[in-house]
Amino acid sequence: MEAILGYFSSLNPAALLRAAPGGIAQGLVWGMMALGVYMTFRMLNIADMTVDGSFAAGGAVCIMLVLNGCDPSLALIAAFFTGVIAGSVTGFLHTVLGIPDILAGILTQISLYSINLNIMGRANQAVNVNKVSFYITSNVKVLGQTIAVTGVFCAAAIALLWWYLGTQHGSALRATGINEQMARAQGINTNAMKVIGLALGDGLVALSGAMLSQYQGFADVNMGRGAIVIGLAAVIIGEVLGQAFLRKRLNLWLTLLFVVLGSVIYYLVYVFVLWLKFPADDMKLLTAVVVALFLAVPYLRDRKKNSFRRLTRRNADSGKGA
Amino acid sequence: MLEIRDIRKTFNPGTINEKHALNGVSLKLQDGDFVTIIGGNGAGKSTMLNAIAGVWPVDSGQILIDGTDVSGLPEHRRAPLLGRVFQDPMTGTAAGMTIEENLALAARRGKKRTLRWSVTNSQRSRYRDLLKMLDLGLEDRLTAKVGLLSGGQRQALTLLMATLERPRLLLLDEHTAALDPKTAAKVLSLTRQLVREQQLTTLMVTHNMKDALQYGNRTIMMNDGRIIVDIEQETKLRLRVEDLLQMFEQSSGAALDNDRMLLGNV
Repeated sequence: MEAILGYFSSLNPAALLRAAPGGIAQGLVWGMMALGVYMTFRMLNIADMTVDGSFAAGGAVCIMLVLNGCDPSLALIAAFFTGVIAGSVTGFLHTVLGIPDILAGILTQISLYSINLNIMGRANQAVNVNKVSFYITSNVKVLGQTIAVTGVFCAAAIALLWWYLGTQHGSALRATGINEQMARAQGINTNAMKVIGLALGDGLVALSGAMLSQYQGFADVNMGRGAIVIGLAAVIIGEVLGQAFLRKRLNLWLTLLFVVLGSVIYYLVYVFVLWLKFPADDMKLLTAVVVALFLAVPYLRDRKKNSFRRLTRRNADSGKGA
Repeated sequence: MLEIRDIRKTFNPGTINEKHALNGVSLKLQDGDFVTIIGGNGAGKSTMLNAIAGVWPVDSGQILIDGTDVSGLPEHRRAPLLGRVFQDPMTGTAAGMTIEENLALAARRGKKRTLRWSVTNSQRSRYRDLLKMLDLGLEDRLTAKVGLLSGGQRQALTLLMATLERPRLLLLDEHTAALDPKTAAKVLSLTRQLVREQQLTTLMVTHNMKDALQYGNRTIMMNDGRIIVDIEQETKLRLRVEDLLQMFEQSSGAALDNDRMLLGNV
């Protein structure tokens, strides 16, 4: 009892309030990555494992360019195109060489580990944040600006994705993810669509990695580890909330918005759980459990309706009555 | 119009599952021909349609449409010439997209897909008129997801999509087999109407012998990867289902073994 009281009295509400803006900023940075994951996971129906590598690649390219005097904004653009290349490689492995999509992603991801080490020359590289002025930074004095800038970035990405997916080209990509046979019968080059979708998705993921590297002032070869799980968590949290609040009014752009919100909520929960003194080492385990639970819910709900055991029980009950 | 020259296809060659699906099929279609195709299980009917559509390359032989050899082209590059409806109503449409988005996809078959909006207002009114013709109440549900439609509705929509941009050749692969008799009749009459209006050259695989005789101007019978009987219009008009069964037995030396076909004609 005493221990529990002691635990609660050790929690400091003010500390939580101080940490919250950082959570929002990080959530928005990762929201960009969640949009990339949404693109591949929901639009193309491919769980793109490349992202762990392309996220770190975006960070590595961004930091190295800045270290060599490049403008931070240009470095973000370069990072985006690095991701585009990474996604295209996965697409090539999958469509031209016939490697299953998940495996193709893993192969690119693992090769990016070496590539990222080569880009940086060692496992991590830092920028002296007092010498370079980033728009996106974890400096608490300008956190409001960071939140505004990342928010605008995410809003622009949502607008662009919403527009693209509504075009003739974008709907061909969506059709490819939903029904490949139908897409080909309508004259759509499904292989090309998959490569484009993966390239775009990984481009956004690498951009997110670059934004995070500016936010924290350094890039690390391991910064993308488990990124796919965080991206999926954001996508799923966003979709579940969107369906709960809007039900049938949930259209494409609102879904995209909720995906970014899902990422923000994920990081607010992250901050909250850390504030509860949950060991930081166990956070990835917690994330994985949450994602597994959310992914399982639709399946289990269906099983509940169609269950052999339930039927047996119901038949036994009615047998007693008759 | 369509000319098939001695096409052959073997699946799983050199294994225990080796199957000679097409054993030298040749066929010549005139412009406006409506050909019905019948045959037993595994006779090669669907395989022939898939060969024309380019689902996979044939082992040998040529497929010419309007004098151009298309046998070297992949599926999506032949699609501009072909309208296709499949046996499974789930196959021909994208469930997660709306009715108008599906139609818009079909409207771009064979055209460049640009960065313009996929559905425009002028298209919408055209789609509404076309859907009204189906008489399924779909004209008021343009923004409904296709996954919410019944099998018959989806098949009718697929048919509309296949003919939205006039195809050079319409391929119907038992497109009413998965529907209940009433819906099947409706989809068939819609098929006839569309084929007539646009004067489409059509290949229709069917399991129903009565339909095979009743529809189209020509009927071919397949067995063991070959065309064994080819019936022209004049003969066709005089034939009954029993005659057809007898012709099959004479040409193939065996009784017809299409379970669905026999059930359908009891």
